[in-house]
Amino acid sequence: MSNLVLAHTRFLMIEQIRVPIGLLASSLFPAISMLAFVVPFAGQDVQGATTATASLMFFGAMSAALIGLSNAVSQDRERSWSPYLRTLPAGPFPRFAGRILSTLAVMLISVIPVLVVGALFTVAAITPARLLLGLGALVTGVVPFMLMGLFVGFVMASKAAMAVSQLLFFPMAILGGLLLPPQILPEFVQAVSPYVPTRGAAELIWWATAGVSPNAVSLIMLAVWTVLLAAGAVWAYRRDEGRRFS
Amino acid sequence: MTVLARAIEATRRYGDVLALDRVSLDIRAGELVGLLGPNGAGKSTLINLFAGLRRPTSGVVELFGGSPLDPAIRRGIGVTPQETGLPESFRVGEIVDFVSAHFPEPVGRAELLARFGLSDLVKRQIGGLSGGQRRRLAVALAFAGRPRLVFLDEPTTGLDVEARRALWDGIKAFHEDGGTVLLTSHYLEEIEALAQRVVVVGNGRVLVDDTVPAVRGMVGARRVSLVAEDLPELPGVLGSERADGRIDLVTTDPDRLVVELVRSRVPFSGLEIRPATLEEAFLAITSKESANV
Repeated sequence: MSNLVLAHTRFLMIEQIRVPIGLLASSLFPAISMLAFVVPFAGQDVQGATTATASLMFFGAMSAALIGLSNAVSQDRERSWSPYLRTLPAGPFPRFAGRILSTLAVMLISVIPVLVVGALFTVAAITPARLLLGLGALVTGVVPFMLMGLFVGFVMASKAAMAVSQLLFFPMAILGGLLLPPQILPEFVQAVSPYVPTRGAAELIWWATAGVSPNAVSLIMLAVWTVLLAAGAVWAYRRDEGRRFS
Repeated sequence: MTVLARAIEATRRYGDVLALDRVSLDIRAGELVGLLGPNGAGKSTLINLFAGLRRPTSGVVELFGGSPLDPAIRRGIGVTPQETGLPESFRVGEIVDFVSAHFPEPVGRAELLARFGLSDLVKRQIGGLSGGQRRRLAVALAFAGRPRLVFLDEPTTGLDVEARRALWDGIKAFHEDGGTVLLTSHYLEEIEALAQRVVVVGNGRVLVDDTVPAVRGMVGARRVSLVAEDLPELPGVLGSERADGRIDLVTTDPDRLVVELVRSRVPFSGLEIRPATLEEAFLAITSKESANV
């Protein structure tokens, strides 16, 4: 079984690397934002530069998770290749596991440019232990967005999924304080911010990378969102299975 | 003989549409069965049930005595993907390796590609292949895992004559080594060249299940077309339909039919007799079936 998971993961990795639009989208935009905004404005403040680097890394990871996964899953459902795969002697699990693992791999690759810019052009500083902890927080924080990507991908046609995932993505990134620190956001945004899942993920990552003590409400909301989105993703997956394979 | 695939009273509905209606069918080891029928007759639904993609609404579908939904059971089958769905960005060799990874004793990349005349293309991207090359690759993938039973859904549609014959040779060689094949095709020629047994489906039911010569006899039917008000019961009519004021009758014995028609003294005009196409013969069998229901 694990061999099959590996085969499917490798297969999906090749697919994403050969057509690297998703990979470029989730790595270039945050790297450019780093150069344009963080380097000139927060490059000399250690904590500010560190948390900004972490925020933009999460921005890229979230793009790979939400936009990448919703597009991949919705397109998959429209291709005749996917029912063919179901005739092979493997259940749906290896393909699904491969999808998640390859998304995680692409996500980790796409955060590297931001990390490099942060290290070279700002005073952002991090210990190896905190970096590892930060990557752990990144992977944890991205879980609800993967689930959201799965939900959108299983429920919508690919064109709709592409539009909806972007529509969800940018407002959540802004409300969560990924592009600008929450302290300088307008007041009404500050009022909503603790309740969006991006903020919880950001709090977790800022705590892991820079030791900023996290907002408890945001962390609780992150857990709530994760549970809700997991239920939604399972529901959407079963609905799709019922329609295509029952 | 061992039954490899079996449907017992299998019925499948998609919402209000009845795609398969109480189909019973055995495919025995070593058979090469041609599955014929017009579009929408239920061919694909039947293959989807055998391949584990769909479940019957009622009835039983078995593969090797087990459920097609069990992945381990599916190690013994091979299915062709639609060639339009092959992932474009992959190389031919990569696809073969990926599919092969699902089977305990795969044929192997080099041998499989050689068997289907694709050896030169191993490093080519699928996006750059011609339609015929993709089709051959799609058929080759069905054989990657040394299956006991393969389902080939229109394996040579869109191929030129030479490529078609090459593929037939590959299918025949598999069959001569003891392999079992269920083949769908639009080409009567293909069924004649390959199959021993022919199953005709229409309106979700098995209409004919017989040897190739017997079905060829049915396909040798003639279409007798005429203008008439009303017709008496005539002998040997496989099917009839009325369109644009004409009555079309499909029969295996047009001479006798015309003799009886004249004897009946029913007025008619515009008599035409021409060979029925394969599809017309099936339509005739189909409409006869629905008339009897």
